[in-house]
Amino acid sequence: MNWEIVMGLEVHLQLATQSKIFSGSATQFGAEPNCQADPVDLGMPGMLPVLNEEAVRHAVTFGLGIGAKIGERSVFDRKNYFYPDLPKGYQVSQFFAPIVCEGVFDVPMPDGSLLPIRITRAHLEEDAGKSVHDIFPRETGIDLNRAGTPLLEIVTEPDFRTAEQAVAYLKALHSLVTYLGISDGNMAEGSMRCDINISLRERGTDALGTRTEIKNVNSFRFVERAIHVECERQADILDGGGRITQETRLYDAEQNVTRSMRSKEVANDYRYFPEPDLLPIEIDADYIEAVRATLPELPGAKRDRFVSDYGLSEYDATLLVPNHSMASFFEAVVDHCHAAKPAANWILGDLSGALNRADIAIEHSPLSAQQLAGLISRIEDGTLSSKLAKQVFDAMWEGLGDADEIIESRGLKQVSDAGALETMVAEVITANPDQVAQYVAADEAKRKKLSGFFVGQIMKASQGQANPQLLNQLLLEKLDAQS
Amino acid sequence: MSVTPEDIEKVALLARLSISESELPEVTERFSKVLDLVDELNTINTDGVVPMSNPHDMTQRLRADTVTSHNAREALMASAPAQDSGYFLVPKVID
Repeated sequence: MNWEIVMGLEVHLQLATQSKIFSGSATQFGAEPNCQADPVDLGMPGMLPVLNEEAVRHAVTFGLGIGAKIGERSVFDRKNYFYPDLPKGYQVSQFFAPIVCEGVFDVPMPDGSLLPIRITRAHLEEDAGKSVHDIFPRETGIDLNRAGTPLLEIVTEPDFRTAEQAVAYLKALHSLVTYLGISDGNMAEGSMRCDINISLRERGTDALGTRTEIKNVNSFRFVERAIHVECERQADILDGGGRITQETRLYDAEQNVTRSMRSKEVANDYRYFPEPDLLPIEIDADYIEAVRATLPELPGAKRDRFVSDYGLSEYDATLLVPNHSMASFFEAVVDHCHAAKPAANWILGDLSGALNRADIAIEHSPLSAQQLAGLISRIEDGTLSSKLAKQVFDAMWEGLGDADEIIESRGLKQVSDAGALETMVAEVITANPDQVAQYVAADEAKRKKLSGFFVGQIMKASQGQANPQLLNQLLLEKLDAQS
Repeated sequence: MSVTPEDIEKVALLARLSISESELPEVTERFSKVLDLVDELNTINTDGVVPMSNPHDMTQRLRADTVTSHNAREALMASAPAQDSGYFLVPKVID
């Protein structure tokens, strides 16, 4: 059977705040267990939540960032379930009246097109604590540091048809929220987690099939793989005449399979009702306009500007823009050297390669934007050949100084003096009469190949410092004059 | 009778309440009466009435995003029935 995949995504985004959504505990990652949990987070009797203004501002910022409608009056609800890492026995969330209502997010696809994805809603909620199963042999350990961390849950309509689209959406969302500064987007630390609702239907039909939900996938690569294996699993069942059970599943990256989460089998019946301890949040037009005024340039606008102002290709702009720090680094380099295309090439090529190998983020690059600009300027003015430039780059990466210092101390200046080059050419021609004779006897096509020998000899003699364009020109003039 | 004993068993499980076999008929009957009352309320026309999420005619006050609680793990864990290495301990939960 020819199956069509239908998917909707739910992303839990940890908002960048100092303190928790309803308490004054710190939200820092990596603290000793239970050192960042106060009586509110622990669900002690009589404790009352007070809403963090920064969480509200971040949620509204996100809504405006995707052009969504902001809920004028949003309300918190209790989502009731029992689990040891949820001390109150309910999670405070927003069910009936979310803070961000419907919108459309245009996702840039790798082929340069835009894929409009409908956002159903985004709502504020608190995170649960963490259950640790592998430290204690007979018990589960509970760490409530994460309990009460502010989350924005972003829900889409079932608009995805391929794993590629889902991954493109997540990457674009990651880029957007880091541009907006509302989350660090650190997936390894759980700041962005994805639930995938996935079902199959016969291609050409409209009705939705029974779906499963894959919970808490925390990397782009795993999202792609989880979708593939779950689709295969569902297709196998349906092709064999079976039926899909609506259930929650987990992706096991080691085995590359999805597994049913038995603990969630007992009725997803959360019995939502309004949280009596919190009053409705009202957001007026003045507040919305004040937040709108703080919005930075967003990835789409920056991509367009990089193409129109710097003359970059769509391709280069699309690679530079998603990482806000990389885009800023690029602009800083261009600011100093005024050579946009070479700046893009060096950042996307040698610099990214070196950063990846050393596992360093570009904002911590040992090579500053100014230093890279210095190197590019020396290539642009003809001092360095591209080959020498790579040597200088490596030395700068090692922290041996700026481009000019390295060129000076290693005597790496490219020889662009025609007189000096002519002497070298003459010497090589005199020293290799056999090769000259071969060249003279050869036809046009073969000559090209044979001239490489002379270029190699001169480069060797000049220790790679001969200006290759000028050398080629002078050499061919001299050789052709022999015949 | 608007609910069945099976409904009561399900609701009790969700709320982690234990209701014995002998109590079940009476609880079912009382629960039904409450729901019957709700049914009666549902006949009132509430078109155009904004649902009341809170009895106070006020909106939420917000607090500044500053850390005001500091580590008090020892005191807060003092009453926990079981703990080890800074973790609360609960019976093994397996997914």
